[in-house]
Amino acid sequence: MNWLLDLTPDEWNAVRLSIKVATVAMVASLPPGILIALVLARGQFWGKTLLNGLVHLPLILPPVVIGYLLLLSFGRRGPVGAFLAEHFGIVFSFRWTGAALACAVMGFPLMVRAIRLSIEAVDRRIEAAAGTLGANPLWVFATITLPLILPGLITGAILSFAKAMGEFGATITFVSNIPNQTQTLPSAIYTFTQVPGGDAGAFRLTLISIVISMAALVASEVLARRVGRRMDIE
Amino acid sequence: MTVVVDISHRLGDFEVDARFESAGRLTALFGPSGSGKTTLINMIAGLIRPDKGRIEADGRVLVDTDAGRFVPKHKRRIGMVFQDARLFPHMSVASNLRYGRWFTPTAERYADISAVVDLLGIGPLLDRRPAKLSGGEKQRVAIGRALLASPKLLLMDEPLASLDEARKAEILPYIERLRDETKIPIVYVSHSVSEVARLASNVVVLAQGKVAACGPTGAIMQRLDLLPAEERGEGGAVLDTAVLRHDDVFGMTVLGSVAGEIRVPLLAVPVGAPMRIRIRARDVMIATEQPTGLSALNILQGTIVTMAPGEGPAVEIGIDCHGATVLARITEQSRQTLKLRLGREVYAVVKTVSFDPANMSAGLPVEADG
Repeated sequence: MNWLLDLTPDEWNAVRLSIKVATVAMVASLPPGILIALVLARGQFWGKTLLNGLVHLPLILPPVVIGYLLLLSFGRRGPVGAFLAEHFGIVFSFRWTGAALACAVMGFPLMVRAIRLSIEAVDRRIEAAAGTLGANPLWVFATITLPLILPGLITGAILSFAKAMGEFGATITFVSNIPNQTQTLPSAIYTFTQVPGGDAGAFRLTLISIVISMAALVASEVLARRVGRRMDIE
Repeated sequence: MTVVVDISHRLGDFEVDARFESAGRLTALFGPSGSGKTTLINMIAGLIRPDKGRIEADGRVLVDTDAGRFVPKHKRRIGMVFQDARLFPHMSVASNLRYGRWFTPTAERYADISAVVDLLGIGPLLDRRPAKLSGGEKQRVAIGRALLASPKLLLMDEPLASLDEARKAEILPYIERLRDETKIPIVYVSHSVSEVARLASNVVVLAQGKVAACGPTGAIMQRLDLLPAEERGEGGAVLDTAVLRHDDVFGMTVLGSVAGEIRVPLLAVPVGAPMRIRIRARDVMIATEQPTGLSALNILQGTIVTMAPGEGPAVEIGIDCHGATVLARITEQSRQTLKLRLGREVYAVVKTVSFDPANMSAGLPVEADG
């Protein structure tokens, strides 16, 4: 069993990087995810179908296409990338931040879907009741809506995390596969499969990826159940 | 405290066009379902924005479409109790109760938590979750939650409609205490004649989105034509009385009213306490001379002042008994046999046992009845 835990420094870095990228992708997409889900669940406006389609694009397009689009727009010479680099010093291309961006974009539709469903399940009459008790719309959201959609938020966050852990196509297209910089678990596994004698390494990382993803899933289950029990919703 | 409503509003094919003013302690908005009463109360609460019109409460203009004024619901300080409690499922009963307090300026908080908890008898429930409460308990907590926001006006939208008879009987006394022990004016939506007769000081009758009548409860309850057909039998005189004495030997309580003494099954209230009773028109018999050899104990002397055809073979006869009008519902055949006509002196006969608890309630102090 020793060979299982005996990871090379590069492999360890891939594991650490993957967890970092997935965590940042998940946390960073939560606020816009909630906002977009809210708009899609409750908003009535022209172009809603368009926005919905746009959000779902990463789900239906090949990941390579998303990666390439990111490269075009967020690359150093892309319009958004050049602007961010010039004014804020934020660079995405060939950095781990780029990997996080690619993962966030790919996981976004899953997150928005989960949150949107839970928002649609909230009884708006309960929110109206909070309004008659003196709470303004912002307070109603913070004290009523947000706690009620917590299980959906957790599900959405975990889906985004799990998607990020497994993201390969968009990441490798956008930020390439540089060991210790942009090489996430899937990229590292891919690299192992491309070299002779890499089977053991690929297998080790595969097992690790399974463990991390399962752990995230179990953690979300436990968390959601605890929240559900605390709320005791009929 | 006066509530002034003058609005017109369109909801699809349905049009609400109502105008009323009420200064009563408990104003009932009464009418069959679909008459627009819930729409009206939602407008007072600020949950619906009327197309056109004006709403005022306590001299404060809440809505004035001509002036473009619409106070949002969270700034109205109007409490609302919904038919379906609408408690916050993720909070304990105690947190539900405290919710409105956060948003009430300290200087305007008049409701005291322990007093409200006592008034509604919800002390043992404080740590529970709403999902673990019975329907009646939920509704009491919902009333407490609305009260603890220290509202200037309390709206109740059919708070008993979704409960069974036993639960209704459990909550009604609390609403009576609310009406009598707090100073908050209440607007109460109901389609039940017995609830309105029991609770209201004033009634606004709605039919098809319009106000059909508006006035003190006693006067409205005598107009059987205003009541829905299936509830006509429930209509009748509403008398405000006081307990004169108890008759422990026969298990009866004697009430004094302007119409005369009325014997009802024994009540557990002190002598002198105000009691409101409803004498249903269908429970009243008419005799043309002082009856003897009759089991019924309540015999009220009076003069026939109104006669109106009822549905089917029935005639509705109003008898003025020293200033209080008692309604009787008899058949046209009996009316002809007895040769009843306006101005004739008769005796209204009511059996003591017809006063079941649904017909008696803690009375309003007489002044409130206008």
